[in-house]
Amino acid sequence: MMTLAELVAIIRECAGDSDVADLDGDVLDVSFEDLGYDSLAMLEAAGQTQRRYAVTLVDDAVVEARTPREFLTLVNGELTRVG
Amino acid sequence: MSAPHVTGIGLLAPTGMGVEQYWSATLAGACGIGKVTRFDTAGYPAVLAGEVDGFEAREHLSSRMLPQTDHMTRMALVASDWALADAGVKPDELPDFAAGVVTASSAGGFEFGHRELEALWSKGSDHVSAYQSFAWFYAVNTGQISIRQGLRGPGGVVVTEQSGGLDVLAMARRRLRDGAELMLAGGVDSGLCPWGWVAQIASDRLSYRDDPARAYLPFDTDATGFVPGEGGAILVVENDVRPGARSYGTIAGHASTFDPPAGSGRPGTLRRAIENALADAGADAAEVDVVFADAAGVPELDRAEAVAITEVFGPVPVTAPKAGVGRLYSGGASLDVVAALLAIRDEVVPPTPNVARLAPGIDLDLVVGRPRHKKIRTALVVARGYGGYNSAVVLRAS
Repeated sequence: MMTLAELVAIIRECAGDSDVADLDGDVLDVSFEDLGYDSLAMLEAAGQTQRRYAVTLVDDAVVEARTPREFLTLVNGELTRVG
Repeated sequence: MSAPHVTGIGLLAPTGMGVEQYWSATLAGACGIGKVTRFDTAGYPAVLAGEVDGFEAREHLSSRMLPQTDHMTRMALVASDWALADAGVKPDELPDFAAGVVTASSAGGFEFGHRELEALWSKGSDHVSAYQSFAWFYAVNTGQISIRQGLRGPGGVVVTEQSGGLDVLAMARRRLRDGAELMLAGGVDSGLCPWGWVAQIASDRLSYRDDPARAYLPFDTDATGFVPGEGGAILVVENDVRPGARSYGTIAGHASTFDPPAGSGRPGTLRRAIENALADAGADAAEVDVVFADAAGVPELDRAEAVAITEVFGPVPVTAPKAGVGRLYSGGASLDVVAALLAIRDEVVPPTPNVARLAPGIDLDLVVGRPRHKKIRTALVVARGYGGYNSAVVLRAS
């Protein structure tokens, strides 16, 4: 299962640290937009997630995941589904 | 129509970051050419470049910007910061849509593209960065500068190789005439990666020498090609000088021409570009106090430029400070414009580094060895781009 800390690490690695928020804070339900990440940043993070966790994420689903909680639900749902 | 003013300058060059560092090095005839350090040139015939030393992007740009920007975009962003600061302009205090940005580009973000192509072929398409979608692109500097500075007015990009550094000023002038209040304009370039290197070597115009003082010798009897460099300049261009602000000079005239195809037997059109720029400025050839040459460093191109300059001007002081930094592609002519404006400001022509003996058939009053002090009211900058582009800009003291 992917954790929030792992997602934050991937985001920082792929798209840089946030200019506007502390990603080590309580960000689970803060929108990526408010954290300073656009859809391209999230596609980049999703690419890394797919490679690292060996899951397949559909681009549209990635863009629809607006918060870290929704992103983790998407990834972990896939991980559970493929077992 | 009044000529627009250059009111701010930001630059990064192989001989210095920032206006005064570059200018003092340029007047001293310093040479910023050296062994390529950015990648291993073993196996390549060309081994020298003018690299911008000491540029640490993370000192200037946020962590968010780094994964999505090529090296040349990072330098362009910093140059745009410095240009606006130099002009004393805070873009967020300007009316919305009043200010824009136009940049010149020759090859886009080559190093970024190199890395992603490498990932594509060695690891697969799912390893290619989403940022490749724009980070390599010719227009990327315009877009990133526009976003960073909040310049929502007119935008554009010109891709005319070295001529672009001049053509972009003409583009800015058109946007100002159309109603923009302020334009950022210029070129910053870099292609110092294996892929970029191969593309540059293919031009067959690079110098293969390994002595930095003997590799790029425009107009010299020992000329054998040019050394590529990186960097460039971004200028703030405005119709009027705001109260308390300074003008480095005006963009009085510009023209560009395109050469007939090689082998057509028809002559090149550089001379016409120079004459048309003078006409555009309403200037007589005799008014021009100094010419900043394109200085290809390739014997037949040097001769063609020398002939054009001599035919138009007769005897006139000519200089090519780029011999100390290499040819910076879209950044080269922008940097020459800066040098010409500073020459006007300080009443001094910077020397052409390393050049000592003019080649036969080149009858130029080339300023070499040391700077030449003289009053300069009008300067002409020449730039030629690979593929047939010729441009000239006339700059005048304010």
